[in-house]
Amino acid sequence: MIAVIDYGMGNLRSVEKALKKVGGRVRITSKPSDIAKCDKLVLPGVGAFGDAMNELKRLRLVAPIKDAINEGKTFLGLCLGMQLLFDASEEAPGVKGLSVLGGNVKRFKFGKGGLKVPHMGWNVINKASSASAGGPNILKNISDGSYVYFVHSYYVVPKDKKVTLTMTDYGIKFVSGVHKDNVYGFQFHPEKSQDLGLNILSNFIRLR
Amino acid sequence: MLTKRIIPCLDIKDGRVVKGVNFVNLKDAGDPVENAIFYDKEGADELVFLDITASHEKRKTTLELVRKVADTIFLPFTVGGGIRTIDDIRNLLIAGCDKVSINTAAVKDPQFVKKASSRFGSQCIVVAIDAKCKVKTRAKEVWEVFINGGRTPTGIDAVKWAKKMEDLGAGEILLTSMDYDGTKEGYDTALTRKISETVCLPVIASGGAGNLEHLYDALTEGKADAVLAASIFHFRTYSVGAAKRYLNKKGVSVRI
Repeated sequence: MIAVIDYGMGNLRSVEKALKKVGGRVRITSKPSDIAKCDKLVLPGVGAFGDAMNELKRLRLVAPIKDAINEGKTFLGLCLGMQLLFDASEEAPGVKGLSVLGGNVKRFKFGKGGLKVPHMGWNVINKASSASAGGPNILKNISDGSYVYFVHSYYVVPKDKKVTLTMTDYGIKFVSGVHKDNVYGFQFHPEKSQDLGLNILSNFIRLR
Repeated sequence: MLTKRIIPCLDIKDGRVVKGVNFVNLKDAGDPVENAIFYDKEGADELVFLDITASHEKRKTTLELVRKVADTIFLPFTVGGGIRTIDDIRNLLIAGCDKVSINTAAVKDPQFVKKASSRFGSQCIVVAIDAKCKVKTRAKEVWEVFINGGRTPTGIDAVKWAKKMEDLGAGEILLTSMDYDGTKEGYDTALTRKISETVCLPVIASGGAGNLEHLYDALTEGKADAVLAASIFHFRTYSVGAAKRYLNKKGVSVRI
């Protein structure tokens, strides 16, 4: 069973629908007991970093999520759900993230007449050269230069460059996908990226 | 590199897609879910549904429709029309849309935009602006914001309004020229450019697309980040694919 964590942040339904479409058994939940029982976890989320951490704390989900990750359960963070894996964000100074991965979350800053923020729309992902040999299975059948859907104003800056899975260019080259052991995260929305996104989610549910 | 987006717009009335000229003379343009599937296959980058259903009661039809669309396609989509409360937004998001477009409610209470964006995040709050040219001289042009589906003038300057909406947390501007909407004479590129240069948010140009060159003009001269069109796609004058191939050939970055 895949637990999609409901912490009141954004559109779970589209994540649920997409996972079901590719054959996943999904439960939307905010219960620690479901997180303990599941095989895989998805932390979706759109919205603000500070509110999201506060909700996770209020629902007493921080420890169960970290425990599940430490036990080796496959974890997928999407958009804000990926950002929450890190230590902190410029969006909410003083609020601690989950610190599953080291590093911070920064805001795009381009100045007047520069690129628009949020980074919204279809952009390409390229696998990082440091991605583990052959590229992990979550990107099976996904070629460099594939288009996926983004909508975000902040991006992650991992301390350890080796966790970089994919890169995307928006004025600067930023990390659009991360991977470390059983933990995966994408800044883009596979659930909104048509067949290509479904392919990634299909790879995810087949990960062992 | 981020691509420019091509967005078919579906006006919804009582659960059907309709299309009018200058906001009136509605013609039936089919079933919303079938339209959504069609555009998804054609390579649309997003979809916009604007609910122009008059009665509050019938809006439940729209929620049901949003659910059906969300079950069927895996593409970002926005729903607008008649959104007044935080609960309206929440219900639509739960039904499965990704963004909501707010127009009249933003004018009546600008703080609503602030509340909505802090509750759900800027990325899902689109502010729709229906603007009409008020003053046009060689030296300057002034556009006025209209609400209630283009029926009520507000006296608000559209450019200043866009900036204010950005400051209050809007994530995107959906800009419709009432002068050009339904005319097929092209987008109001002067208006689009002015607003696109004023705000740092993505701007979707809307109203007036009659041919592919119009899309090109809005994206280049108008500096829009996305173009929205209805009739040219609904009545199959052009396919989304043909529009993208045309733009790509002319050097505009699109997702093909």
